[in-house]
Amino acid sequence: MEISVTVNGKTYRHNVPPRLLLVHYLREQLNLTGAHVGCDTSQCGACVVDVNAQSVKSCTMLAVQADGAQVTTIEGLATNGAYHPMQESFWEMHGLQCGFCTPGMIMSATALLQRNSNPTDAEIRHALEGNLCRCTGYENIVKAVRHAAQQGRAGSNGSMHQGAKPEVPESAEELEHPRRDDGVPEKPETVGDWEGENAGVDETTPMGQGGM
Amino acid sequence: MYPSDFEYAAPTTVQEALELLRQNPEAKVLAGGHSLLPAMRIRLMSPPLLVDIGKLSELKGVRADGGVAIGALTTYHDLEASSELAQRLPVLVECASNVGDPQVRNRGTIGGSIAHADPAADMPAVVLALGAEMKVVGPNGERTISADDFFVDMLQTALEPGELLTEITVPPMPEQMGAAYEKFKHPASGYAIVGVAVMVHRGADGNVSDCRIAVTGAGPRAQRARAAEDALKSGMDVAEAAARASDGLEYIGDISASEEYRANLVRVLTKRALTRAMEQLR
Ligand SMILES: Cc1cc2nc3c(=O)[nH]c(=O)nc-3n(C[C@H](O)[C@H](O)[C@H](O)COP(=O)(O)OP(=O)(O)OC[C@H]3O[C@@H](n4cnc5c(N)ncnc54)[C@H](O)[C@@H]3O)c2cc1C
Ligand code: FES
Ligand code: FES
Repeated sequence: MEISVTVNGKTYRHNVPPRLLLVHYLREQLNLTGAHVGCDTSQCGACVVDVNAQSVKSCTMLAVQADGAQVTTIEGLATNGAYHPMQESFWEMHGLQCGFCTPGMIMSATALLQRNSNPTDAEIRHALEGNLCRCTGYENIVKAVRHAAQQGRAGSNGSMHQGAKPEVPESAEELEHPRRDDGVPEKPETVGDWEGENAGVDETTPMGQGGM
Repeated sequence: MYPSDFEYAAPTTVQEALELLRQNPEAKVLAGGHSLLPAMRIRLMSPPLLVDIGKLSELKGVRADGGVAIGALTTYHDLEASSELAQRLPVLVECASNVGDPQVRNRGTIGGSIAHADPAADMPAVVLALGAEMKVVGPNGERTISADDFFVDMLQTALEPGELLTEITVPPMPEQMGAAYEKFKHPASGYAIVGVAVMVHRGADGNVSDCRIAVTGAGPRAQRARAAEDALKSGMDVAEAAARASDGLEYIGDISASEEYRANLVRVLTKRALTRAMEQLR
C-alpha cells in the first residue's frame, strides 16, 4: 500500500505492506532509530512518538494507519542543533542511565507538558505510566520533567548548555546522508518498494533485522 | 514480533465496512488496535483481512439524547475530555482515566474494549452497572443488545459475525443517582485484577430504589453481583451488602491472584465503591 507520511516536517512516500508497524517503518525505512522496540506487549513505551499531536506507541499502530499523518519522533525535537528543553533537563538531572527508555520517556514527558505545563509529581508519574525504565528507579526522570516544567514557566527556552549540540560528525564525507543546515541527518525523499527491497527474508523479521 | 501477513481496508462508510465483513467472514474489525495488534504481534490471532473503522467519524463522540449516547469509536482520551460526561456520568470519566496509560487511552476505544470483552477490562463493568445498551448493525440491519445479555464468556459477546458495534447508550438517570468504579490494578499490566462498578438510585422515600453492581476481573466475563444488589435494595447497609458481593459469582484464579483473593477483593472494592456512590446522593 502506498502511504504518504510527514515525519519531523519532511514528507515521505513509500509502498509498505499492511503488517509493517509504524515503529519499524520509522526505524528501518526512514533510518530514524530513536524510537526503540523494548517489548512485544505494548507496555514499555520505548517506541513513543507523536502522531497528529497525540502521543502514541508506534509499535501498536500500523504504518498504513499513519497515512496522511504528521509524525514527530525524538529526532524532531532538537531545533537548529540545540536540544529541546526536555532533552536538556534529562541531561541536567541525570534522568537516564543506559538510555534505552529515554526517547520514549522524553516524548511522553513533552506530551504531558503540552497539556499541563505545571504538573505535580503525582501527575508526572501518572503520565509516564506507559513508559518503563529498568535503570533509574524513575526518581531522576520525575525530577527532569519537573525541572523542564520549571524552565518552561521561567520563560527560558531551556538552553542551560549554551550552544550544546548533539555530537555529530562534521565533514560531509563522514555522513551517510547529507545533513540539513541545522545538523539533523536527512534522508532523501524516496519512493521505496518495500516488498521489492525485502523479498524473501525471514517471515518473522521482514526487515532482515532480528533481535527485537 | 511481526503480525503475519494480512490485507488491509479502510472503508469510509458503515455500509462499506459491513460489506467487507460480509464478504470476508474471517476478517477482523480494527478500532484502536490496542487489544488486536498486540494479539497479532504474538500471533495469537492472524486474521487475513483487517477492516479499519478508524475513518468512520460518525462512530466517534458523545452526545446527550435524554440519556447519553457514546459512539463505539470514541477513545478513552475523548471520554476523559468530554464535558458532557463530566457533568452527567463522571463514573465513565473516572474509569477511562484509569485505563492503561496515556498512549493506550489516546488510541483505545470504548467500543473496542466492549467488543473484545477481556475478562479484566474496565469498561464492561461500568456499562453493565449503568444498564447500558449496545447498538449493533449487521447484515440483517440494526438491533440493540442490553449489557446484561452482551457479555457471554471470556472474549465472547453477543455480537454475531459480520456485526459492528456502533453506539453505547446509557438511559436517562434520576436526579438521585450515584455511581463509582473501584479498581485494584495489576501493577505491571494496569488491567484490573478486580474492578467493581456500582450505580445506586434513591427514591422519593429516601430508600435505595435501584442498585446495580458489576464486577470485572474476578471471572471469565463482567458479571452482576446480584446478592449484594438485593441486600442493598432490601434496606441493608453498605457493609452488610458488600459482604455478600462475592456470593454467586464465577471465579478464575491465576498466578496473579487466587479465587479466594479475588472474592475478597470483590467485597472490599464493592464496599468502597458503594460508599462513594451513596455519598453522591443528596
Ligand atoms: C499496555 C496496555 C494496557 C492496557 N490496560 C488496560 C486497562 O487497564 N484496562 C482495560 O480495560 N484495558 C486495557 N487495555 C486494553 C485497551 O483498553 C484496548 O484499547 C481495548 O481493550 C480495545 O479497544 P481498541 O479500540 O484498541 O480495539 P481493537 O484492539 O481495535 O479491537 C479489539 C477487538 O474488538 C473488535 N472490535 C473493535 N471495535 C469493534 C466494533 N466497533 N464493532 C465490532 N467489533 C469491534 C476487534 O475486531 C477486536 O477483535 C490495555 C492495552 C494495552 C496495550
Ligand atoms: S515497543 Fe512499543 S510499547 Fe514496548
Ligand atoms: S535508562 Fe536504562 S531503561 Fe531507562
